[in-house]
Amino acid sequence: MHDSSQPIVDVRSVTKTFDVAGQQIVALKDASLTISKGEFITLIGASGCGKSTLLRIIAGFERPTSGEALMWGSPIEGPGPLRGMVFQDYALFPWLTVRDNIGFGPTSQGWPKSKVRETTDRFIEMVGLQRFADAYPHQLSGGMRQRVAIARVLANEAEVVLMDEPFGALDAMTRERLQEELLEIWRATKLTVVFVTHAVDEAILLADRVVVMTPGPGRIESDTSLTLSRPRDLTSPEFNEIRRAMSARLHSHHGKRAA
Amino acid sequence: MPYCVCLGGRMALVDMTAIPALKRQAQHSGEALARLRSTLLALFVPGMLIGLWQVATTQQWTRLIPTPWETAIYMVDFVVGGIHNDAFSATAHIHLLASLQRVYGGFALAAIAALTLGLLIGRVPLARQMLDPFLQVMRPIPVTAWLPLSMILFGLGARSAFALVFLGAFYPILLNTVLGVKSVDPKLLEAASMLGCRGNAQFTRVVLPAALPSIFTGLRLGLGLAWFVIVVGEMTGVPQGLGAVIMDGRTLSRTELVICGMIIIGIAGFISDLIVVAIGRRLLRWSPSHNA
Repeated sequence: MHDSSQPIVDVRSVTKTFDVAGQQIVALKDASLTISKGEFITLIGASGCGKSTLLRIIAGFERPTSGEALMWGSPIEGPGPLRGMVFQDYALFPWLTVRDNIGFGPTSQGWPKSKVRETTDRFIEMVGLQRFADAYPHQLSGGMRQRVAIARVLANEAEVVLMDEPFGALDAMTRERLQEELLEIWRATKLTVVFVTHAVDEAILLADRVVVMTPGPGRIESDTSLTLSRPRDLTSPEFNEIRRAMSARLHSHHGKRAA
Repeated sequence: MPYCVCLGGRMALVDMTAIPALKRQAQHSGEALARLRSTLLALFVPGMLIGLWQVATTQQWTRLIPTPWETAIYMVDFVVGGIHNDAFSATAHIHLLASLQRVYGGFALAAIAALTLGLLIGRVPLARQMLDPFLQVMRPIPVTAWLPLSMILFGLGARSAFALVFLGAFYPILLNTVLGVKSVDPKLLEAASMLGCRGNAQFTRVVLPAALPSIFTGLRLGLGLAWFVIVVGEMTGVPQGLGAVIMDGRTLSRTELVICGMIIIGIAGFISDLIVVAIGRRLLRWSPSHNA
């Protein structure tokens, strides 16, 4: 179906400027990123580094000012079911139950009812929310809501899952558990994940590749493949070493500015 | 399936469903007491007012107002008859029905018009630019100020009352519909579009349900105002209706008739609001602010 050597997502020298009160703000400058199918990539950087802008361009919510973003070789023209987004604030439909939130995409795409039902059931089970299938979002905890948001994207047969600081609003315990669950799902489904975070630990724990971005203007500072074996131990010396190197890269632009 | 690691989530489930059940058992006896207490508290102020009314009338601070007891007897006569047997005996249901028709007819018409316009103004910029300024200027004009014009346009009688009810209910429904449609969280529209829901489908599957709580608030306010306006509307010489009864009571110096009309309007408006709230609870049970 697709040439396996072809990247699933290819971002080529993308620059994005926003017009803010008559001023041109460069959110992202000349960013290039090639993502292969099945990769888990984290984008990390301080606020204003353009990581969310890059994610939103891949999603199709924003169009590049110059350069191009491709999926399987064709330009990304707008948001679509192939690229599912998981938002930090969940963005669940509050008037739909867990089941109907997860079934929203399949229903929109006009799948037959029995297939929608079967798919939603499968993903409700995958994220462990069987007993909450008929609950409304406001009755769920933050962690459960984010599980629904993840299942909603998976049920829609997204090939790329884009996650914008998805665990940023959760408490530490819930975040850890969801990180584990996300890795389990990723392993089981061979999904491609692009995960935005500002937490160095999280970036290293999850990723095959860590892309460090720096602000002013937002650009890609480095792109590092991690060879660390999984499951990863946050307290191991190897982990610490990578963490130190990443932190140095994250703060490198401060040094440049001072010089 | 090896994917479920959400022990904490299940604990939360147990807590959430078990606690109300336990409470229900423990509080079964306490509940009746609490209900009695809240009923007594709610009756306190009306009771005091009736007491004051009783004192004021028996002490003859005024001669134009009947005592509560006399009013109660008139009320029975007005509703079931058999006491005074005058022109108004046993006619309450006729007047109530006439008013109900005008209130709900005018309200339904207002709801159709205001919902359509509100959805248009909230969604279509051209409609907003054309209609919003005009409606904003018309809005501060009180419904009562329309009375003379409406009598000229619609004549003396039921149609005029109908028109005033329509105007009274129209604005709250319109404004809340526009507000609801305009304040749909853009994140939800993004979420819908990345799930493959676009264009018109987005309107019915996202915008409408998201705006529903606000639309509902508008409908509730509109129905309240419809009851508010009906008395003015029925002052224009309609033969039947609770507003007409109040006007007749005034011209015939039958204050007890005025008070009976007022009480029936109060009760009817109250029940009508209860029904709307019950429908809302059912429709909006997903909304944390509507099912409290």
